[in-house]
Amino acid sequence: MKIPDIRLENFVCPLPIRNDRQIVIGHGSGGRMSKLLIDTLFNKYFNNPILNRRNDFAEILLNEEHKGHKLVISTDAHIIKPIFFPGGDIGRLAISGTVNDICMSGGIPKYITAAFILEEGLLLDDLESIIRSMHETAEEAGVDLVAGDTKVVEKGKADNIFISTTGVGFVNKNLNISGQSAKPGDSVIISGTIGDHGIAVLSAREQLGFKTTIQSDVAPLNDIIQSIITAGADIHVLRDPTRGGLATTLNELALQSQVSIQIDESSIPIKKEVRSACEMLGFDPLYIANEGKVVIILPSNQSAFVLELLRKHLLGRDAAVIGSVSPPEKSPSVIMRTMIGGFRIVDMLSGEILPRIC
Amino acid sequence: MQIIEKFRDKNQIERIITKIQELVSRKWLIMEICGGQTHAIMQTGLQGLLPDEIELIHGPGCPVCVTSLELIDKAIAIASKENVIFTSYGDMLRVPGSETDLFSIRASGRDVRVVYSSIDAVKIAENNPEKEVVFFGIGFETTAPANGISVIKAKKNGIKNYSMLTSIVRVPPAMQAILESQENRVQGFLAAGHVCAVMGYHEYEPIVEKYQTPISVTGFEPLDIAWGIYSTVRMLEVGEIKVFNAYTRVVSRDGNIAAQQIIDQVYESCDRNWRGIGIIPESGWKLKPEYLDFDAEIRFKVGGIRTKESEICISGLILQGLKKPNQCPAFGNVCTPQNPLGATMVSSEGACAAYYRYTQH
Repeated sequence: MKIPDIRLENFVCPLPIRNDRQIVIGHGSGGRMSKLLIDTLFNKYFNNPILNRRNDFAEILLNEEHKGHKLVISTDAHIIKPIFFPGGDIGRLAISGTVNDICMSGGIPKYITAAFILEEGLLLDDLESIIRSMHETAEEAGVDLVAGDTKVVEKGKADNIFISTTGVGFVNKNLNISGQSAKPGDSVIISGTIGDHGIAVLSAREQLGFKTTIQSDVAPLNDIIQSIITAGADIHVLRDPTRGGLATTLNELALQSQVSIQIDESSIPIKKEVRSACEMLGFDPLYIANEGKVVIILPSNQSAFVLELLRKHLLGRDAAVIGSVSPPEKSPSVIMRTMIGGFRIVDMLSGEILPRIC
Repeated sequence: MQIIEKFRDKNQIERIITKIQELVSRKWLIMEICGGQTHAIMQTGLQGLLPDEIELIHGPGCPVCVTSLELIDKAIAIASKENVIFTSYGDMLRVPGSETDLFSIRASGRDVRVVYSSIDAVKIAENNPEKEVVFFGIGFETTAPANGISVIKAKKNGIKNYSMLTSIVRVPPAMQAILESQENRVQGFLAAGHVCAVMGYHEYEPIVEKYQTPISVTGFEPLDIAWGIYSTVRMLEVGEIKVFNAYTRVVSRDGNIAAQQIIDQVYESCDRNWRGIGIIPESGWKLKPEYLDFDAEIRFKVGGIRTKESEICISGLILQGLKKPNQCPAFGNVCTPQNPLGATMVSSEGACAAYYRYTQH
């Protein structure tokens, strides 16, 4: 009997084709491909003694400098469409968003962790750009990425990439900045123009059919906030007006502090381009998202000095006093003196912002 | 923007309001027809600056608000079908039908998309030849030509998978219905500037003649509205009953002829059911026989759907100017923008939504 001339490799189970261009399910297997992804991409940008120990946990030694401080922790999930937009990307947003939440305590963010949900088909070049951007933003904010995780889901089960970040920081135990601390007689400051982020992202969506030069304001706010904290300002409230915009944030604060907030429409800084885009789409800039602005509520006798400090900072050049706090009318509310001298209630955003028909 | 800013000038507006104060000798009830005007009045707090003698009544000029429940149910029935991409202007998605809304249909996995123009919907049809693409073509005279272009284009380019669920309503028949009503309180109108930009204002002249009610063609910026109110009050005070064009930078007597030609080409007159008001004869347009291939109601056989309106909601009385939103027992408690009972609470142009957002409740 003649033994057929069989080549052994024909019987071997086919190995997955190595795909160097995009994320495939294998990248989330936890095996060799996952390791390769982490080694070649994530570790290229994230590098610090804590992370480099390659444990499933991050150990941080507390020492003298942490004495007299409270731990501040915040977590945030980041999804955005498109993932790259004028002025930023989801990576910069994922770092800034969480850093800023920590900053709203008046504290200093130090460490950050990130969990990535990657959709099958995400381009590796895009992932690298995002990670590079996270790295740059983390450096800018002075935080170390100390732990992370990556999972891959099938095409259609996520939208390119979702990033969830958790931040850890420290705040002096004598500081008690909180949304509950606004007092009648306080002044309300916004650190710059509103609506830039929301409109920049909208204009990057193809179907909108218009282009703008507006850049998202996405940025870590630790430096500008520390500049007023270290100057000794007696800050009552810090809050970043992200989703829902300035209107929603002020309503939240009025409710939390059980006060009314009066704002003056003509003093709210809004870029001309943002105003025009809102005009076209039937949006109100008060409800458009920001990612690099902060609302500051403080005793009115300190507003001039804090305003001056803010305006010296690159991120605070357009800062303005926009209103004041008073005892609640019937119930906590936000009231605006309009451009033409009338008055109206400014309510929270309800549901999704919808473009108007005509 | 610079052009618009001029029409938001505080000093100019104050000057006109002073003129109204000097002129007014008694109470006058003026209806602003258009929801866009209602929105601007509430958003700028203009009402609070006017003398107490002037009462503004908010009219039925919001396309989202007056679209009948029945038509929303038809839209929902079509959007629920497999193989359909249902496209619509954004604010129609939240309007409650009798059981659900288009947002919920999208959440349950159907393909419902917001478009900014009907032409975008035609493009979607071109790019998805295996799908049926439907556009929710509602609106007043303002959106009628733009919606009409989509079926002209689809017909010309042989795009067979495109159709439109059409319901166009017209302002003049609604004004007449209000003036004919036994309970009518309206003494003067601010006509909707954008509708007049398309149709001209000549079609209001017979209404003024018949009902002896003055009409000011009015724009949408606070200065425009103040000017429209002033000219209406002036006509009422001196008894000079006519159509006054207070929006000359946009509106002419004859309107936009090119847009009117598209309307003539695509639509023919029909009775329309107005949400909360009922059927007004000859108050709208439907597609002409030569475009019926693009009529989604026929294509998807939803013509038989009949729906009753909510019994608590008084949006009909509000749209006719007989009640104010805050006079409704459901306002602000059972009925809110998050959980609207009627369309006047849904659309940002709706009177109830404007009251909810801009006034204390």
